[in-house]
Amino acid sequence: MRRGALPFLAWIPRGRGTTLAVFIIRRLLWMIPVLFFVIVITFVLMHLAPGGPWDREGKQLTPQVINNLNIKYGLDKPLPQQFLTYIWGVVHFDFGDSLRSPGQHVSQRVLESWPYTFTLGAVTFLLLVPLGIGLGVVAALRQNSVADYAALGLATAAASTPNFVIGIFLIIFLALGMNRLTGGTFYLPTGGMPQPFNPFQVELIMPVITLGALPTAYIARLTRSSTLDTLRQDFVRTAWAKGLKARLVVMRHVLKNSLIPVVTALGPTFAFLVTGSFIVETLFSIPGIGRSFVTSISGRDYTMILGTTILFAVLIAVVNLIVDVLYVFIDPRVRLSD
Amino acid sequence: MATAIGIVQQVDWDVPEQTGLWSDAWVRFRRNPLAVAGLAVIVVMIVLAIGARLPTNPGGLWHVLHLTGDPVQQEVTNTYALPSLQHPLGTDVLGRDQLSRILYGASISLTIGIVVQFLILIIGGVIGMVAGYFGGWIDNLLMRFTDIMYAFPDLLLVLVFVAAFGPSFWSIFIALGLVYWVGLARLVRGQVLSIKEKEYVEAAIMTGTSPFKLIVKHLVPNSLGPVIVTLTFGIPAAIFTEAALSFLGIGIRPPEPSWGVMIEDGYAGIFADPRQVIFPGIAVALTMLSFTFVGDGLRDALDPRMRR
Repeated sequence: MRRGALPFLAWIPRGRGTTLAVFIIRRLLWMIPVLFFVIVITFVLMHLAPGGPWDREGKQLTPQVINNLNIKYGLDKPLPQQFLTYIWGVVHFDFGDSLRSPGQHVSQRVLESWPYTFTLGAVTFLLLVPLGIGLGVVAALRQNSVADYAALGLATAAASTPNFVIGIFLIIFLALGMNRLTGGTFYLPTGGMPQPFNPFQVELIMPVITLGALPTAYIARLTRSSTLDTLRQDFVRTAWAKGLKARLVVMRHVLKNSLIPVVTALGPTFAFLVTGSFIVETLFSIPGIGRSFVTSISGRDYTMILGTTILFAVLIAVVNLIVDVLYVFIDPRVRLSD
Repeated sequence: MATAIGIVQQVDWDVPEQTGLWSDAWVRFRRNPLAVAGLAVIVVMIVLAIGARLPTNPGGLWHVLHLTGDPVQQEVTNTYALPSLQHPLGTDVLGRDQLSRILYGASISLTIGIVVQFLILIIGGVIGMVAGYFGGWIDNLLMRFTDIMYAFPDLLLVLVFVAAFGPSFWSIFIALGLVYWVGLARLVRGQVLSIKEKEYVEAAIMTGTSPFKLIVKHLVPNSLGPVIVTLTFGIPAAIFTEAALSFLGIGIRPPEPSWGVMIEDGYAGIFADPRQVIFPGIAVALTMLSFTFVGDGLRDALDPRMRR
């Protein structure tokens, strides 16, 4: 954020703690206009879209029914009025009723699907970060070796194969192929995730690999180049020169510094997991938020689309804020502006 | 003295030939085997895609030459056929020739991937250039706007845009342009800000160069390298997004054979015949991989810090 963007805060005493607090408060306040415009853009685009929430395949609703539904959900009002009503609701944490599942609040729908998305995302995240960092460090320490090329090749392939293709190939080999090979005694299930909050279930194996391939590759590539940079630094040469053991050089001097830039990758990684959930949940029929978002888009479920968009925008903003604050603590060279 | 001169003469001075930025970059690009291979694959694929779309009757040049079948002709008695001379990759659920559909899909993916970059260049380039060049409140306004666009997860925004414009080739095209310009605008702005500080630009301003000439002669050529690299990496991203949208049933609609549509169709019948997904899947992955290699090669070739 720009220096002096909020001049009325100038009276607050300077100091590291205050600077951090001001930084966080500023970022949180800045989220309000951002969210407002996110809602404006989504709202306008949604209502531009041809068709509406009452379109049905096959037998259509009668005009009388549609008219009544419009009145019930306030869709008969002029758009600016609908918009203000919606904003008024959002300010009071009321995101309205889902238009496609009658009688259910948007927040209720989100709370129902959230555990599935969370379980999948959390398991993937907890596996991909150490795996990506490990691959990257090993590749950098053995630069231009077979291990390096293998790790780099794997990362490049994973980064440029669409996740739904990876997922489908997994289904073909681990579900269909294994089923045929073992005569049906062993194969991985291709869809669904019956128990949320349980990280140990076979249903998770294929979705986790599918969701995690791209961010793992991203983190591995980043770690590799950052570790290579650190390895060329003078203090690392000094560490070697004074006869330190390889393990100590790597753990104490190299990793401590080379992992700093990797922290910034956590923001994009989180965004990958969010957009990846649209595809992975659709592919594996997981009843999570990503899948419900995709179906609300094609079903023109205005309130669900808006509610989910707000949720994702807030989550991504908060994660980015956390990453920026973490960075200050990890890297003493970084100073917040002001 | 004499010995000193002798030593100097023995040194094999490596006098570099006078080369411009682009020929220099091309030399370095050619030294990267992966990048060259990627470029070759892309060129071959473009030729194949053009052939598939030539308005020769019936069904493109390759069908006329009897190399493939027809992309839309259905043979209801010949569904899920194994590869044969007539159908080199077999047929799909409706008995349509797979290879010709993949080549037709290549034309859609490549067109979207490559041509969208020009739209991104126009939107992102102009916004970044204006913000960086004029600074002040214009910069502030434009950058706050890009911040707002940045708050959306990109695929989410593309989904909403495509829903708003209706499912078609052009709506995906415009939606991609309206979403992916943000990164480029930030890059161009940063480039312009740093170039503006350079002495030669100050000199140009002092000698009374007009803003237009300043932009065309100094800002554009000097920020071109990173912009080209970013746009090249944007191509696989755009190809992925188009395929993902079509796969989610929100992008290009059947019977138009986009790769995403083919993968979705094939996935629906995956238990009947997995080959329906494997071939278009490999096609997407291969194309994206090739563009990534070319992007890597371009980045190394155009980065001035790598120059010897």
